[in-house]
Amino acid sequence: MQAMIPSSYRIQKFIKETQDTFTIELKSIESKNGFTFEPGQFNMIYIYGIGEIPISISGDPNKSGILTHTTRAVGIVTKEMAKLKKGDIVGIRGPFGRPWPVREAVGNDIVIVAGGIGLAPLRPVIYHVLENREYYGRIILLYGARTPQDILFRKELEKFRSRLDIDIIVTVDRAIKGWTGNVGVVTTLIPRAPFDPINTIAMICGPEIMMRYTIIELIKRGLGKDKIYVTMERNMKCGIGFCGHCQYGTEFICKDGPVFSYKEIEHLFGKREL
Amino acid sequence: MIESLEKVLVQHPFVEGLKPEHISLIVGCAKNVVFEPGKYLFKEGEDANSFYIIRSGKVALEVYSPEKGSIIIQTLDEGDIIGWSWMVPPYQWKFDARAVELTRVIELDGNCLRSKCEDDQSLGYEIMKRLANVFDNRISAMRMQLLDLFGKS
Repeated sequence: MQAMIPSSYRIQKFIKETQDTFTIELKSIESKNGFTFEPGQFNMIYIYGIGEIPISISGDPNKSGILTHTTRAVGIVTKEMAKLKKGDIVGIRGPFGRPWPVREAVGNDIVIVAGGIGLAPLRPVIYHVLENREYYGRIILLYGARTPQDILFRKELEKFRSRLDIDIIVTVDRAIKGWTGNVGVVTTLIPRAPFDPINTIAMICGPEIMMRYTIIELIKRGLGKDKIYVTMERNMKCGIGFCGHCQYGTEFICKDGPVFSYKEIEHLFGKREL
Repeated sequence: MIESLEKVLVQHPFVEGLKPEHISLIVGCAKNVVFEPGKYLFKEGEDANSFYIIRSGKVALEVYSPEKGSIIIQTLDEGDIIGWSWMVPPYQWKFDARAVELTRVIELDGNCLRSKCEDDQSLGYEIMKRLANVFDNRISAMRMQLLDLFGKS
């Protein structure tokens, strides 16, 4: 695939996840080779006549036949995307970016902290570690959603939980009647999450403020800054570090990221000018 | 009985690092209590005579609204503590606390603990330091909750 020319993909399935989030499953029109990617990578998705945006891949990296993206209808392009249906065609460029450190994490406990739609870019990590379960220690997913209705991939989370080899703790910011789970922000789950801080890699995705406070709690638990990974979001355009739109200090989010260790970007993280 | 309570108490994060003589003082105010699911530990407006250290289970802090019924503000579980109204005049609960599941707590008598903190202010300072940490965590969490980070920006 040439990096700047989109390939056409047809929507095989459109899944409404929550009130404002949805998943599209895509299949290449031009190639039968499938689509390979690593957890944490993203594609530039072109909605013809509307625009192109970066969206993380949310599917299973072990299955190359189908390309999966989950997003929220929030901007011009994603609102148009939400109107697509089975059979429609979109343009895809990618995969781009540095993935989550699933190889470096071998032999460690893994703590995945996700907030809201931030679970989507982390879902490939879950697929990967469960597929290669014997190579990892404890796997803990801490997930915060706005309300119980906003919990993403709910049925799948229940399925993962039933495996008994992954701890999944979900909390919501606002409860509704009948909810018997946790209420409170996702950071409150960290102090007692069952992991060994000496041998743990943490992967975080969510709004930047959430990630900031999550990092504080993880460091309090004893995790090193080089063991904490975040995925950053900026205005990505080309996806290959040419255009400079997503420059973040000396880094380009699209090429050098979007996944960074906290140690690498601590001096930039939370800086107002960037 | 007192001895076994002491053993249980020393394992709780809130008490971690307290001097043995302070733990002995606290144990004198403590009892082991179990709440069935749905039972209230306390309700808004009642006298705040107790301080709860959760050993296991889950407790929902709720506020009642005539329009919406009970609204859960936060849930607390193993390792958490509930309540500081026993420390602050007029010593009345400002929320309801309901056991969501079978919940085991150590209940400390607020009057007893308050008077021991007055008599031995080094104990009082230790308790206040620990409570300040709880306030800090809860306020930070509440601020994040108020930001509605996962809502549409």
